[in-house]
Amino acid sequence: MSSPTSTPVGSKRSRDDIPVTRKLYRNRLSESYLQILPSEVDMSSPLMYGTPSSRVEGTPRSGVRGTPVRQRPDLGSARKAPQVDLHTELPSADGAVASEQAAGQKLVIWGTDVNVGTCKEKFQRFLQRFIDPTSNEDENAGLDLNEPLYMQKLEEISVIGEPVLNVNCSHVQSFDADLYRQLISYPQEVIPTFDMAVNELFFERFPDSILEHQIQVRPYNALKTRNMRSLNPEDIDQMITISGMVIRTSQLIPEMQEAFFQCQVCAFSTRVEVDRGRIAEPAVCRNCNTTHSLALIHNRSAFSDKQMIKVQESPDDMPAGQTPHTTIVYAHNDLVDKVQPGDRINITGIYRAVPMRENPRQSTVKSVYKTHIDVIHFRKTDEKRLHGLDEDSDQKLFTEERVQTLKELAAKPDVYERLSSALAPSIYEQEDIKKGILLQLFGGTRKDFSQTGRGNFRAEVNILLCGDPGTSKSQLLQYVFNLVPRGQYTSGKGSSAVGLTAYVMKDPETKQLVLQTGALVLSDNGICCIDEFDKMSDSTRSVLHEVMEQQTLSIAKAGIICQLNARTSVLAAANPVESQWNPKKTTIENIQLPHTLLSRFDLIFLMLDPQDEAYDRRLAHHLVALYYQSEEQIEEEFLDMAVLKDYIAYARTYINPRLNEEASQALIEAYVDMRKIGSGRGMVSAYPRQLESLIRLAEAHAKVRFSDKVETVDVEEAKRLHREALKQSATDPRTGFVDISILTTGMSATARKRKEEVAQALKKMIQSRGKIPAMKYQQLFDDLRGQSEAAITKDMFEEALRALADEDYLTVTGKTVRLL
Amino acid sequence: MPSSHDWINKPLGVVEAMFAQSNSNPEWEAKVLEYFKGQLKEKESHSWVPSLNDVPLHYLKPNSLVKFRCLVQDMFDPEFYMGVYETVDPSTKANVLRCGKYKDVTECGVDLNSRNTVTAERQTFYCVPIPGESPWAKEISFLSAARVVPSTSYVPSRQKRSYEEDDDDMDTQPQKQREPHTEPHGNGDSKRQETEAPSSQTTTPSDCSSHLDLNFPLPGERGPACLVKVYEGLDSFKLNDTLEIYGILSVNPVLTVLGEEKDPSLLLLNPTESMETPEEQRAHDPPASLVPRLHMLYARPLQHNNPLLPSAPTEDQSAFVSSFLVEMASVRAELLAYLTHVLLGDGLAAEYLLLHLISDVYTRRDVLPLGKFTLNLSGCPLNSYTERLYQIVQQLVPCSYRLSMSLHTMNSMRLVPKKDYVANRLVSGALQLARNTSLFLDETQLEQGQLDSSGVRNITALGNLISWQKVDYDFSYHQMEFPCNINVLVTSEGRSLLPSDCQVPLQPQVTPPNMEEYLTTIHMAQFTSQINKFRVYLSLARTLDYSISDEVTKAVEDDFVDMRKDDPQSVTAEDLHRMLVVARLLSLSLGQTTLSRDGWMRAKHIDMLRRSRTEQQKSLNGNEP
Repeated sequence: MSSPTSTPVGSKRSRDDIPVTRKLYRNRLSESYLQILPSEVDMSSPLMYGTPSSRVEGTPRSGVRGTPVRQRPDLGSARKAPQVDLHTELPSADGAVASEQAAGQKLVIWGTDVNVGTCKEKFQRFLQRFIDPTSNEDENAGLDLNEPLYMQKLEEISVIGEPVLNVNCSHVQSFDADLYRQLISYPQEVIPTFDMAVNELFFERFPDSILEHQIQVRPYNALKTRNMRSLNPEDIDQMITISGMVIRTSQLIPEMQEAFFQCQVCAFSTRVEVDRGRIAEPAVCRNCNTTHSLALIHNRSAFSDKQMIKVQESPDDMPAGQTPHTTIVYAHNDLVDKVQPGDRINITGIYRAVPMRENPRQSTVKSVYKTHIDVIHFRKTDEKRLHGLDEDSDQKLFTEERVQTLKELAAKPDVYERLSSALAPSIYEQEDIKKGILLQLFGGTRKDFSQTGRGNFRAEVNILLCGDPGTSKSQLLQYVFNLVPRGQYTSGKGSSAVGLTAYVMKDPETKQLVLQTGALVLSDNGICCIDEFDKMSDSTRSVLHEVMEQQTLSIAKAGIICQLNARTSVLAAANPVESQWNPKKTTIENIQLPHTLLSRFDLIFLMLDPQDEAYDRRLAHHLVALYYQSEEQIEEEFLDMAVLKDYIAYARTYINPRLNEEASQALIEAYVDMRKIGSGRGMVSAYPRQLESLIRLAEAHAKVRFSDKVETVDVEEAKRLHREALKQSATDPRTGFVDISILTTGMSATARKRKEEVAQALKKMIQSRGKIPAMKYQQLFDDLRGQSEAAITKDMFEEALRALADEDYLTVTGKTVRLL
Repeated sequence: MPSSHDWINKPLGVVEAMFAQSNSNPEWEAKVLEYFKGQLKEKESHSWVPSLNDVPLHYLKPNSLVKFRCLVQDMFDPEFYMGVYETVDPSTKANVLRCGKYKDVTECGVDLNSRNTVTAERQTFYCVPIPGESPWAKEISFLSAARVVPSTSYVPSRQKRSYEEDDDDMDTQPQKQREPHTEPHGNGDSKRQETEAPSSQTTTPSDCSSHLDLNFPLPGERGPACLVKVYEGLDSFKLNDTLEIYGILSVNPVLTVLGEEKDPSLLLLNPTESMETPEEQRAHDPPASLVPRLHMLYARPLQHNNPLLPSAPTEDQSAFVSSFLVEMASVRAELLAYLTHVLLGDGLAAEYLLLHLISDVYTRRDVLPLGKFTLNLSGCPLNSYTERLYQIVQQLVPCSYRLSMSLHTMNSMRLVPKKDYVANRLVSGALQLARNTSLFLDETQLEQGQLDSSGVRNITALGNLISWQKVDYDFSYHQMEFPCNINVLVTSEGRSLLPSDCQVPLQPQVTPPNMEEYLTTIHMAQFTSQINKFRVYLSLARTLDYSISDEVTKAVEDDFVDMRKDDPQSVTAEDLHRMLVVARLLSLSLGQTTLSRDGWMRAKHIDMLRRSRTEQQKSLNGNEP
């Protein structure tokens, strides 16, 4: 489409349309080429690039000349890049002879405003001088940030021998905006120039290094386009960066780059380059002048690898109610098989549109272009999930103004209350629960103690909501699930252990075993909302033990043994066993969950129906208003969900609060106080786990304030919230005291005491009967009931029996009890 | 009929004339749209345009203006096309600028290297007729289209079919009368290579003449599917929108060329051709004779597809509404009486059914859909009563679908649409429905047995649909949530296993010896005019605005507090939610647009009645050993 209407080299063009520069390079390389092509171009042309001569004979000498050039199909196979002189208006025939670098004349590549010399110089200057002291990319790890960045990278190349130089376009932009513009607009011309510049520089510096092929420059992170949806016809032939998810990859396609012909008569051989998918078969043998004697020899022709990849827009980029777009991407050479379906990647490449090749037998053609992207650079965005931190993996960019509004909001004294009331406005009150969830959304600070052997410290806050059915628990979960970018929502009833963790699947096409991740792994760095937690089967629940404390998930299935990260916060909702919450029972008794699991929740809230008139009135008002308020009124009252989202994302990314001195003291005091409460009655009311919870909550609260320091106020709020939650969930209904052992051991201290008493009473009773080796179960139960003042249930009786059996005092077999 | 109908018969001529006048001034595009919009604004003019829904494709003139009432089933990737291009006349060597808009193919002799070529962008939507459209709605729009002489040679000759025959239509028996509608012109080739969708295999009539999977959401659907090329306002359209599209019909046979004709060697060297799988080509470039292309000039979003109501919110409509409002109360009484008969004399259940039929998700507050009213009619007599009940509902609403929840269907049917990455399209499922479709879930068909994993997924999807009015489409690597607005009615023997907003145990007052006969008699007793009134009533009541005054708000609050005072367990927040919805629907059903005290009391009253009934049921069951 952008090809010139008239060919500047017109008359001199040989029949197979090979660009000037390539012929030139051949002239240098091989005698036989000289015979084929007239020496038509000056030798000093800077445009020597892209020659498919991976088969240079002889040992490679060091230096630019000695290292073979590897062709770059990603930049297009047919490159017509003659230079033109801007001062001589029209591209004339001699414009192509780019060697005449006459003073005062500005030579540019035809169709662009790129002057090869200047461009090269600029890029070399960029490489030599660019310093980015604030860089935090992990690719630059280990490099001295105060030295020119790319020179260090070149040094790396000389050591490692991988001849690829990745260049961040934003660096180019900050260094030289004009160069950046040219790179974006004319990648096909500018990137080869960059290649040349790099190679000259490299071999000047490391004249003795030997590389597989010449260094190729791979720019990435072009800021032009970030969204597949915004690609439009103006982006054709420009360099773009888009993000998306790989949905399909094709088999490897060998694409012929150079055809090898041999004369059947005299065995003379010749090579013809493939131009835009066509091979110009030589009609006459140059050696013996026989016509139609040349035959294609397949295994001596040169092929390059190519792969078709389908990429789908990532779900976060899409407007609601539309289906995701897909784009076809071609990967070449060593980029083939770099990505797999399911990977989330950023692609930098050149956007192409090709007219549909019409069927030669038809007079009309479809007026549609086929579009694709030739990849220059892949960057997996989820790659880093496998190792360590990934604060920037979401690549959420905040504009200056947005950051400003967020900071303004954070400066308000009541930001904590504001945000918590903005959370699920349709759900009435439950302030503390909303606050708890808000802190969960922010999370604590991630700490790494792996050097002291403790491994990662959990930063995620886990919350369990239990309560009467119909107290909008599910609604709260749905809201949270919709709010966070990487949230998962499952129901305990419908999910199996497999669905939560990961399962191994056989790919129908490749017969390969594939590890498919479940909800917990998918919500890594997000929140996993589990509804109907109590309905979950025991085996499923047991999976959560590891996830909720160690934040990892171990899998040993079908020969795949691995440990996946699952740094997910769990927000679970459970219904009481008896459908209605029984206030006379403890939390454990009400929801029948193992205490080992319960103790892993930082906060356990009860969502009960408070029965008081003022509350009812407010609730009624809230609901009626919910139904009949106009949209505007609602918006006035509450923060926008989008603002809330950004606020949370910003805080999670940029704020990492640390405890200050006073806060540490306050935490210690709080913990000591908590231990003290129980010690008076011979109970333990706090464990180190509770202290950890307090720290996490305090950190999260500091994040809400956008503060880098955890201060006393944060500790106070954490204490308050923790106490509130405990008051609700760990109060012993028999005594009215808060008893943490309900949650940590599943039994309150008083209950344990009573159990012992019953066992002792039973033992006494049996002993009082003298030496009877065996007795009836039912009779024993009745006797005990008759003897005791307090009511003894069957459960209690059985527990007592079990306790005695543990003491090896008796055994229970069927309906008889035997003494030992 | 006006004399010059060029804008209908030769719309491309109009477009080209405007293009020629424009001298490459890009404003001409807006002018074209303006022109057609203006033409369609004229009274009755839109009824001159033949409809793809009613007129078989082979009676329609290629490149003429047609309309299509449809649902956007899938959105394909945007494509770039030659908006303006230059051709070279081989004899005179003169370059001529041409316009490529609203066309699929170019003229011959395109100069691909011309500097004047303008690349433009358009998007293709895959549109299907509105799923589950009731036969009566089709019938009426068909007849009204026949009233005005269409600009085709086609004279509609379909007889009005009786009620009985409509029933057959719901079954899976072949319909001989519809033959002309489904007769394809596909050549043998397409027949040979196309396979049917697995989802529709079970229910598609065996004589289904098309072997191309047209990807209808519901099994057994017919009608033309269409590839609509959209040029303007791409962002304003959403998946599952119901639209009436006016566009230029294109059935150029060039489009039908399938991959097989291509030279394999050509494919090898020209990779742009080979990047599409055969499945993808079939899905994206089906034969134009089966799936015509429509180049959109104008599209009108449809609020409803009831042909008895003026569709556009114009002055006509407000006049229509105000005239009907007077009758509202009397029509309601008649409808209530009719439904009471149908529900075997149970007045309360009839009242609730009526409220259910006019319910509508009118807004969403964060994740909470407001206004949904899923009804669970429990205690339904077995033996085809539910089937008959559905037929009656179908007679009243313009869009409906009965999902018989047998174990087999739940395990085998695809309810949730799924992205097929090989063919690069969204394979439809039964829950891809237009707004306000009545989904009739027949749980009486469910028997004991094991649900497999797809069955569990289907049940979960139904539960999500009822609770949140959303369907999570399956995109393999992730799910995507699409909000919907579907009225779900569950009929069951006991309490349904699915959640519902409101459960009404049916208490039959009469036990007719022959249920079929009984219901048929009731149905036959209604005149068409009467039924039509009901239809208008139901569609109209839904569209009314509604508000609540501060005074009544206060009263409602007081009431709630009072109720809780006596027994806090008896009334919960959830009950208040439901009563507010009932009060709203009750007021609307009477044509009142504000809640009055009386209205609130009535809502409270019928809810009380209903609850006492469910409690009765509970204690009854509790007493059983």
